[in-house]
Amino acid sequence: MTQQNLTPENFEKWASRTPKIRENILKSIHQAGSGHPGGSLSLVEILYSLFAEGGVMKHSPALANTQDRDRLVLSKGHGVPALYAILQDVGYDITEEELMTLRHLGSRLQGHPDRVRLPIVEASTGSLGQGASIAQGIAMGYKLDSNPHKVFTVIGDGEMQEGQIWEVALSAPHHGLNNFTIILDYNKGQIDGPTNEVLNLEPLKPKWEAFGWNVHEVDGHSYKELTDALTKTDNRPTFIIAHTIKGKGVDFMEGQIGWHGKATNEEELPQAVSQVQNNTKIGL
Amino acid sequence: MSKIATRASFGKTLLELGRQHENIVCMDADLSKSTQSQHFAKEFPNRFFEMGIQEANMIGAAAGLSFAGKIPFICSFGAFLTGRFDQIRMSIAYSGANVKLVGTHCGVGIGEDGHSQMGLEDIALMRSIPGMTILQPATDQETREMMEWAIAHQGPVYFRLTRQGLRQFEMPNFKTPGVFHKLREGEDVAFLANGGLLEAAFEAANELSEKGTMNAAVYNASSSKPMNDEFMRSLCARYQLLYVFEDHTIMGGTGTAVAEWMSQYAPHHMKVIRYGVKDVFGESGTPSDLYDKHGFTQKAIVANLL
Repeated sequence: MTQQNLTPENFEKWASRTPKIRENILKSIHQAGSGHPGGSLSLVEILYSLFAEGGVMKHSPALANTQDRDRLVLSKGHGVPALYAILQDVGYDITEEELMTLRHLGSRLQGHPDRVRLPIVEASTGSLGQGASIAQGIAMGYKLDSNPHKVFTVIGDGEMQEGQIWEVALSAPHHGLNNFTIILDYNKGQIDGPTNEVLNLEPLKPKWEAFGWNVHEVDGHSYKELTDALTKTDNRPTFIIAHTIKGKGVDFMEGQIGWHGKATNEEELPQAVSQVQNNTKIGL
Repeated sequence: MSKIATRASFGKTLLELGRQHENIVCMDADLSKSTQSQHFAKEFPNRFFEMGIQEANMIGAAAGLSFAGKIPFICSFGAFLTGRFDQIRMSIAYSGANVKLVGTHCGVGIGEDGHSQMGLEDIALMRSIPGMTILQPATDQETREMMEWAIAHQGPVYFRLTRQGLRQFEMPNFKTPGVFHKLREGEDVAFLANGGLLEAAFEAANELSEKGTMNAAVYNASSSKPMNDEFMRSLCARYQLLYVFEDHTIMGGTGTAVAEWMSQYAPHHMKVIRYGVKDVFGESGTPSDLYDKHGFTQKAIVANLL
């Protein structure tokens, strides 16, 4: 388990590693012929703030599936190519070759996380709204055992339209879960269009504050802002609104709803990969 | 012996098992007095989670608690619990969570509250989920033994419990889901019955035997999944006609489970006749009026088979 190292120098190190992560996300989705690049690329800095060496979470591959670690439930399961690529980067039991089996018959890397096939993901998600409840339950178990570790979950903005998210919003403060953090990957797009047109979520901050959460609003592509918010302690559960850009890092994908759920073609892939390979500044 | 509701047996046994197993936790969604989880709640307030009326969140949080090393028993009316089908399907079953689901108030036998509160499709729903075990104890003893089995079993289990008291038949110890204990010897046909219909089926078999109509064996069909191949084959060796009686819709319940097995694997033609709620909604009424209406009484069963 590495010590937290939330310095500008370390953030630069992280930013130098995410081009490869983004490349693997794009390539794994491309070879699968389907997947969700937009909401995977928006998620990279959020997840890397948690998992990276010196990042916010106390975890290590050696402690996988023990109770002696912080945990992340990816409730927005369609963003899982980002999680697979990051778990591979930080040394969990996934190889780069295996990343390229995403969505293949027999692969542990299912289109959405499968905890039984791949126990290093914390929950089988993909039916939206449910991962947040699962994360809440882990936090309740940790509290019951006086286990000091923390539980994080990342939800999508479209996902927040699910009633179950609001059950968690009401429940977690009631149960005093100050070991529990929800991060909203607020990329403002969902399949049928912009989130504020499909079903508007705003005003978000006052809603979650009224439900009894410690709310922060940050740039979801800034390691400094993310880690500041993720490490603030409070006696309430924490809700972080992370403003992100769908398709972050690839200019023709950024902010484009059309890239929510489709793979690149043979011409688009090299363009996308060359753009992310050259960008070592995202997150800084 | 007086009648005992399986929900009462559950509540009492959970408390006792909670004393033996520290990792048992319990959740309820504002029905702890009805489901009888209140006894556990009183003695173990830290290990009992009152979730409020949030069944979906309760199911997901139970999965999370199991991933934190606990064995959660989650309680509500069977209709409300299994009504959150996708949460059970994804957060519990597909996630490999070791959660025990306890659905009480199953069948039209709950009476006056009417359809909205009646678990009538719960077996059908839970049967469709891979890896799910469905147990429907008939007695106090069987409830305890099934709960002990469920604690030792790694994986989801759905308990289908009654509101109303049930006759306490004597039977051997519960060992394996899918193996039904024989409560009455018989030759011509077998009655497979569970829950609120076991007593009526048993007494109907006695009466039909006295009348010389048929000599039916009676089995306590106290589980609906998984089926036990060896036991099913043993039925085929003895009978060619089976009647299945249950307080559940005839579509997808225990009768369907038996009929499916028989149609696929029976070595010779087996006829399976299903008694249950005939693809209609429940309604208000006294439990006995409802049992009359649905043909769930000794009298109705005898009249049908004469």
